[in-house]
Amino acid sequence: MKKLIQSSPRGFLLIAAMLWFGLYKTLEPFSHVLVDALPLETGSHAYNALQFFFYDTPKVLLLLAGVVMLMGMINSYFTPERTRALLAGRREGVGNIMAALLGIVTPFCSCSAVPLFIGFVQAGVPLGVTFSFLISAPMVNEIALTLLFALFGWKIAALYLGLGLSIAIISGYIIGRLKMEAHLEDWVRNMPKVSAVHEGDTLTLSERIYAGFASVREIVGKVWLYVLAGIAIGAGIHGYVPQDFMASLMGKDAGWWSVPVSVLIGVPMYTNAAGIIPIVEALLAKGASLGTVLAFMMSVIALSLPEMVILRKVLKLRLIAVFVGVVATGIMLVGFIFNAVV
Amino acid sequence: MKNIKVLGTGCANCKTTLKLIEEMAKATGAEIQLEKIEDMQAIIGYGVMSTPGVVLDGKVVHAGGVPSRDKIFGWL
Repeated sequence: MKKLIQSSPRGFLLIAAMLWFGLYKTLEPFSHVLVDALPLETGSHAYNALQFFFYDTPKVLLLLAGVVMLMGMINSYFTPERTRALLAGRREGVGNIMAALLGIVTPFCSCSAVPLFIGFVQAGVPLGVTFSFLISAPMVNEIALTLLFALFGWKIAALYLGLGLSIAIISGYIIGRLKMEAHLEDWVRNMPKVSAVHEGDTLTLSERIYAGFASVREIVGKVWLYVLAGIAIGAGIHGYVPQDFMASLMGKDAGWWSVPVSVLIGVPMYTNAAGIIPIVEALLAKGASLGTVLAFMMSVIALSLPEMVILRKVLKLRLIAVFVGVVATGIMLVGFIFNAVV
Repeated sequence: MKNIKVLGTGCANCKTTLKLIEEMAKATGAEIQLEKIEDMQAIIGYGVMSTPGVVLDGKVVHAGGVPSRDKIFGWL
């Protein structure tokens, strides 16, 4: 296989894509075969829950592997250095939009939030623009998007993408306008300026393929257990929780408080995008409103307590509070508007 | 003797990188002075924007993600 990748990277990618699609098509029929082999009554709670589990687990894992591989390759084009060079000195407005878009394709891990934030600030990326990046990077996550697309169709995925970007752009813009540079920790403001100029590094296609593999090993390796747990919970809800159970808590019949409460519950929670999608799926299937569920999902992914703790090293408490407040408000607005409109 | 610093604040990838370099140095018999830098300001001082980062004899040779074995081999 190594020889194939070296000699014909495009050929390798083509064959891999065909194999992937072929495998994907067999998953649903195979899940029925598996569950029919068990001594369960067709249509019973246990039957439904297990069929969901047998179908969703390999499906989600296969999707994840495919998407993470693709993103790993795209990420190799958009290193933080290159993104920084693209954003340094940009006007607000345009800068916020670019930062939010770049947040999608630049590799980002919460542990790097601080060095990245500082690196941006040192090179002259405006504070608001940096925040737009910091909001979009974890939230508008290729994993979340692909899974939303696969499970709910392109409209919902597109909505998540559009709304997520809007929150990132507008929140970042607002924070920029508030002129809170004074609320950066003092040692950050005293750091030397850095040039953002970046000589492109040229990688070959086969090197990018290896970068993709490394990404799959790292991310799927980290996330698969969460996915399994999320699907098991989703399967339980799917099979055992009565239809419309969520309607009273998160559905059309719930009071206006269901949106803010969902967002507040989501803030201290943190799971990666993959783990939460099956829960979202089960909630929606049981009558929760789309706006409330999306708001919940966004707040779980975008605002994470561990990341806030890490950011405390560079941001004074007031700036963190503003950050959380603006983003949470944006997410709640999304939830409300959605519920009203859809 | 080469001086290798692994820059990271303690996430899983940083620990993996350190372990990998240690193992490979032992396997190849290379003599290295290996340090782990966890202090945020020191890490930023190297201009690294994503951890784990690796500094070889004072020069940053890697940033972001666990380095491949081939890459580590090139440093030893």
